[in-house]
Amino acid sequence: MNTSTFKGGLHLPGYKEGTQGLSIVPASIPDKVYLPVSQHLGAPCIPLVEIGAEVKKGQKIAAGKGFVTAPIHASVSGQVVAIEKKQHPGGNFVDCLVIVNNRKEEWADTVKPNLHPGDLTAEEIRRIIFEAGIVGLGGATFPAHVKYAPVEGKKVEYIILNGVECEPYITADHRLMLEKAERIVAGLRYILKSTGCQQGIIAIEENKPDAIALLKKVVASDKHIRVQAFQEKYPQGSEKHLIYACTQREVPIGRLPLDVGVIVNNVGTAVAIADAVELGIPLIERVVTLSGDGIKKPANYLVRLGTLFSYLIAKSGGYTGEIEKIIAGGLMMGKAVFTPDIPVIKGSSGIVVLKKVIQKKIREYNCVRCGKCMEVCPLFLEPTTIVKLAKRGLWEEAAQNNALSCIECGSCAYVCPARIPLVQYLRRAKQAISVTRAKVKNVGGEK
Amino acid sequence: MIYAVLSLAVLGALFGIVLGVANKKFAVEVDSRVEAVTKVLPGANCGNCGFPGCSGYAEAIVAGTVSLDACTPGREEVYHKIAAIMGVAVGAAKERKVVQLLCKGGRENAAFLYKYEGVQDCHVAAAMFKGPKVCSYGCLGLGSCVQACPFGGIQMGADQLPVIDYELCSGCGVCVNSCPQHVLKLVEVSHLVHVRCSNKEKGKQAKEACAVACIKCKLCEKNCPEGAISVVADAEGSIAVIDYTKCTNCGICVEKCPTRVIEKMLPLTTSFVQNKDFTAGQPPTGCQHCGLCQ
Repeated sequence: MNTSTFKGGLHLPGYKEGTQGLSIVPASIPDKVYLPVSQHLGAPCIPLVEIGAEVKKGQKIAAGKGFVTAPIHASVSGQVVAIEKKQHPGGNFVDCLVIVNNRKEEWADTVKPNLHPGDLTAEEIRRIIFEAGIVGLGGATFPAHVKYAPVEGKKVEYIILNGVECEPYITADHRLMLEKAERIVAGLRYILKSTGCQQGIIAIEENKPDAIALLKKVVASDKHIRVQAFQEKYPQGSEKHLIYACTQREVPIGRLPLDVGVIVNNVGTAVAIADAVELGIPLIERVVTLSGDGIKKPANYLVRLGTLFSYLIAKSGGYTGEIEKIIAGGLMMGKAVFTPDIPVIKGSSGIVVLKKVIQKKIREYNCVRCGKCMEVCPLFLEPTTIVKLAKRGLWEEAAQNNALSCIECGSCAYVCPARIPLVQYLRRAKQAISVTRAKVKNVGGEK
Repeated sequence: MIYAVLSLAVLGALFGIVLGVANKKFAVEVDSRVEAVTKVLPGANCGNCGFPGCSGYAEAIVAGTVSLDACTPGREEVYHKIAAIMGVAVGAAKERKVVQLLCKGGRENAAFLYKYEGVQDCHVAAAMFKGPKVCSYGCLGLGSCVQACPFGGIQMGADQLPVIDYELCSGCGVCVNSCPQHVLKLVEVSHLVHVRCSNKEKGKQAKEACAVACIKCKLCEKNCPEGAISVVADAEGSIAVIDYTKCTNCGICVEKCPTRVIEKMLPLTTSFVQNKDFTAGQPPTGCQHCGLCQ
């Protein structure tokens, strides 16, 4: 088996045994859903409905301005009772549309199956994807139609479907590939058509041999699509590293995958696109893995957007005991949240609940200059150098050391023997650099 | 042996002569005043004068392109010295400014959302649900200002609020820029009354978030004889704000405030510790008619 990969990175324990054998079960629909107006990368949407309005399932309830945006649809039918600030998995408070479910499950009039999906032009497909509010379901939540929009002078040579799923605990994509292989391939064909691209690659890590075998069988007769296996290594699922492993092309600093002729999408996005194009269903539900040693019954749920984490945790029988942390997203790149009272959004691929561990608080020691962080950094940065600069507030120097290229994968902090929370410092550096750059830009604009 | 010593001595003498001649011939004329002014300046390189460092400011002074009183850390003393060096008559110096903390929500007063275990930096904590406190406006207490202060004038107090040493505070404003919550503010020393809260939420939420919060009852506004304090509303919410051009330091609002958010400090003549030596009215007994219960 040809298993390519990238330089750097590390081998993590997978912790996937708990959920990889469990099929996706539809989680029951809660009485109330909380739909944040910001579920994609870009400016938040503006609510289109008033408080008290009756909405139907799939009805567009919020939309943004501009091109890089994705509308939000009601995930249940019912009444909008409030627009209130609620915790968001991104680590802030965001306005949420609260809908009380009337249990009628009525579809909106706009949701109509497309009888001849094969006749659609590339532009029509992109329009459908935009209207369905589809964003990258891997976690970055970049609006999908923006990726497919043709850019002058740039040719798309490969579409890569990301089914790598290198984060520990998460098995949502794995199950999706086993249960909806046909839909994934159908979605990929629509993406290929919408971009005029000829080659599709479905990328899977070699620790999922069942998914590789199944998808190979499904695409056997299609000469445009192939399945490629990759070494089990973190962060194999990162966009840039997947592109390198697939095509040996490196995405330059500050550029997009499109600049090297590649578009990367999550397998979940492909399923959502197939549903939108053929059935007209907007993005109102997604697969979420609820796992970790702190949860009684780990599971892969098909969840309506806006369902609270606490609701899912209760469905799974609650906690095993006292818990240490709830992480929205994967173990490595997810964000710890202080309460389960947080809605599932388009980008939530997993919820990891960790059991309380009794241990001495590990303090941060001085850097011992072992260079391990540099060995594992998949972007060949020097995390320790950047962090030293960040601690002194030397943001310009940190920027010169390419702090902005950091993808916050957490490999450096994972291996650091001095227990320096490198990623936190790097994140701080990235934030400070962007702020100072924005300031400089503003000052320049005034002149 | 002897040759080695001799040749080295000859070489040494030769180089000495060359250097001596070069020193005389290529000497750079330095205005002695630049050196003198640099010596007088505090040397903290805080940047408040608008120059990257003290030497840059000194050069600008001698070049005559800037005013002589731009050094805030130096206060009047340095201004006088610079004026003496430059041979300029002393005018009235700008009033000294010091930094004020507009938050009283320490560990005991504020309610917490979660326990923060990350890097001890306010900016990092602010990115996680606006910090561990329920109040998303208040001081995070992780000491970014303590680290930022070039004069060592801020220390973290026992209740996790920064304590400002007014003897050391130079009014340079470095800490103000380092605070992600914007709870530090530069105010002239003659103003003694301050609203020590930044929470713009409605009274009920503010009260739930912190025991010492401005609850927007407007008692201060109603009782101020000068009309100097008022509850100002903006897009985010409202908060009591003092118009320092009108305030006479009478302290009536201090006595009326039901949550004791408004404080009156002693005049800044000596070094003293914040939160201890302020004068405030007696704690309110009985109903103050703030209207919050309704």
